[in-house]
Order: sequence, then C-alpha cells, then structure tokens
Amino acid sequence: MTTIDARGLSCPEPVLLARRAIQALGPGGDLEVLVETVTSRENVLRTARSLGCTAQADATPEGGFRLRIHKP
Amino acid sequence: MRERLTRFLASRRGIILVGAVIGLLGVLLRKFGNPPNMGICVACFERDIAGALGLHRAAPVQYLRPEIPAFVLGSLIAALAFREFRPRTGSAPIIRFFLGAFAMIGALVFLGCPWRALFRLAGGDLNAIVGIVGLAVGIAAGVAFLRAGYSLGRSSPARGAVGWITPGIMLGLVLLALIRPSFLFHSESGPGAMHAVIGISLAGGLLVGMLAQRTRFCTMGAVRDVILARDTHLLSGVLALLVAAFLLNLVFGFVKFGFSAQPVSHSNWVWNFLGMALSGLAYALAGGCPGRQLFLAGEGDGDAGVFVLGMLSGAAFAHNFGLAAKADAVVEGVVQTGGPSPNGQLAVVLGLVFCVVIGFAMREKWEAKR
Repeated sequence: MTTIDARGLSCPEPVLLARRAIQALGPGGDLEVLVETVTSRENVLRTARSLGCTAQADATPEGGFRLRIHKP
Repeated sequence: MRERLTRFLASRRGIILVGAVIGLLGVLLRKFGNPPNMGICVACFERDIAGALGLHRAAPVQYLRPEIPAFVLGSLIAALAFREFRPRTGSAPIIRFFLGAFAMIGALVFLGCPWRALFRLAGGDLNAIVGIVGLAVGIAAGVAFLRAGYSLGRSSPARGAVGWITPGIMLGLVLLALIRPSFLFHSESGPGAMHAVIGISLAGGLLVGMLAQRTRFCTMGAVRDVILARDTHLLSGVLALLVAAFLLNLVFGFVKFGFSAQPVSHSNWVWNFLGMALSGLAYALAGGCPGRQLFLAGEGDGDAGVFVLGMLSGAAFAHNFGLAAKADAVVEGVVQTGGPSPNGQLAVVLGLVFCVVIGFAMREKWEAKR
C-alpha cells in the first residue's frame, strides 16, 4: 500500500498529492494519507469520495489523522 | 454535539449558511457606519490599521478597525473550543511576508480585497466584475505553478508562543481600540472616519472569525478549487455571500448599478484587472485569501501571521510611496476616472515579476535537481 505523508503541507498540496495518487491507483488499490489538520482531513476525504473511492479517517496519537482510501 | 456541528459546517449546506450570514453581517456593518460597499474588507481594514498606527500618513484612511483583530480572536476561540489550535511555523515565512506585501499593493490598486470585490458587486459596482476576472486569472496562474510542483515547504509543530503571538498582538490592538490613546491616528474625513461603533464591529468580527474558522471559508480557495479539481464546495459559500449581501443591499436601498463614480472605487479597467491578478496570484501562492490568513493565524499558524504583517507593511509602502489608486471623483458634474499613479503601476508589475519568480523558484523539482 502506498503511503503519502502530507503532514505540514499547506492547502491545497495534500489534496493535489492525494488526487495524483488516487488517479494512479488501479481498481481495488489502497492508499494511506497522513495529514495534520482537520482542514486537510476534510479536503482529502471530499476529494477521494468525489473520485469514487471510499475513505475514512482515524486520529493518530501525535494529533494528526491517518486517512485510508480504497478504490473499488 | 461538537462532532455533529463540525460535520454540518463542513457540509455544503453549512458553507452556504455561513456564506449567507457573512454576507448579511457585511451589509449590516455598512448600515451601522462602515464605508459604502466596505462592510467588510480585509485589505482596506488592515490599511486603516497601518494608518492608525502611523505606519503611513494618508489622513483619510486611518482607523484602528476592530474587525481585523476580532476575526483572529474569533478564529482563536473556535479553534480552542474544537481543539484545533496548533502552533506551527517554518514554511518559508520570509516569502510569505513579501507575498502579503504585494497582495496588499495589488488590492490597493484595485481598491479592495476579494471580500470587498464581492461586497462591491453586491452593491452594484460593476468594476468588481473586472477585478474578479483579474483575481481568477491570477489564481489560475497560481494553480499552474502548484501543478508544476510549487510548494513553500512543510511547516513544523512549534512551541505555544509561536501560535499565541498573533492573537496576542490582536488582543493588544483591541485594547488600543478601546482605550484610544492619543498617539493613534484617526481620520477626520474619508473612509477612515466611517465606522460602526466598536461593540458592533467587535461582535460582527468575532462571529465572522468563528464561523470562518469552522468552515475554512476562503474567497481565493473558492476559485482555486474549481480550477484545480472542479470542487465547488467553497464557491457555494462565496456565492451565498454575494446573493445574501445583494438582497440585503436591495432592502436598504444600497444598490446602485454602474461603473463610474462608485463609492471608493475607480473605473480604470486595466488596473482593476492587473491589481487583482497580482493579489490573486499572491494569495494562491500563499495558500489563502487575506481573510483565511487571519483565521489561520488565529489557529496558531505563525506563517499566516507573517503574511498578515506583510500585508500591513504593504499598506504602509502603498501609501508612503503613492502606490494606492485614486478613486473616481465627480468634479463640477464631470466624472474624473481614478486609478493608480505610475508608481503604483510599476509596483504591480514588480509584484507580478516577484510572484512569477517565486512560482518557478519554489518548485520542488528544481530543488531536487540541484
């Protein structure tokens, strides 16, 4: 599974990185995106869902979020 | 409860509701005394604050506008309440300072930031359309740089003082606005002399700050997200602002359609376009409109605080060096078209050159090659 570390990057870079990675994913592929802020969490989740993926977020112990994206 | 509110405000209905509320608040602030079509203008208000502090001596635009510190403090309150206050810095602050300064110079050549462009349009000032087209072109250029790998780099978590310094300064400004010490400058006439009473300005500003922090309201992001990803989420909030402000302007009889001699506005198309193109590019490269930079500063983003200081400095330069545009004037019944001086025109060109150089120089691919 590919992991993208978008922590500390400002808007819209996390979305750009996630978007590119999702488009490169094959059917059934999984992607993990690490982000730091709620803004990035919401933006990346919205982008993933708009591209037809399922996506969910878990809080990490460091205070950020781990976003798990699956392309059906 | 907190999570449900967060989900609602992150939804399409949430951003539309907040956009409409901000639109209504902007017109109400104008009704209560702020200048025409300037119920809320981040750039103009920061320029007025620079004047109040004596950083420039343009007598008509000096007033310590409480809305600006209230935006930051409203955002701070919301960020603390929802545990989103995160001190952070380190993403090219010196570049952000100059992006802020040039964004302000572009705004003062147009005579308003994107927020005021919307309020001007909602009041019938059709020059705002030219400005908004310029803004969109500037943002599109910023998107092209982002697609080519432009990045100001990562910020890092920082100690608390980094996050608290901008809200602390803003609290100091509120105290100065309340105490009104004699060293502050205060316009006797002109836009700086027109303002709502301080309590209303503070209350309106705090409400806008809280709502905007929760929804990530951003006038630049609205256009950028459409160009970048066909994402109309933020745009729907911005359009709601425009429609709500227009309707309330109609109720109050504030709408006057036209190009010439609109309030605190000029009808020089070329420089309305280029001024806002510079601003739009600078906001896109910095990752947020001038309002969003204030809300980010309230969340503890030290880099956004540096952008705000850049805007204050840009306002000082703009008036000390005669870069800001003159508004249209009616002299003996004849409209004299305003616009920027040659100094202002040169500053816009310099700003565009600066932004383009930064757009190329901060591409990660370039750095990787070295």
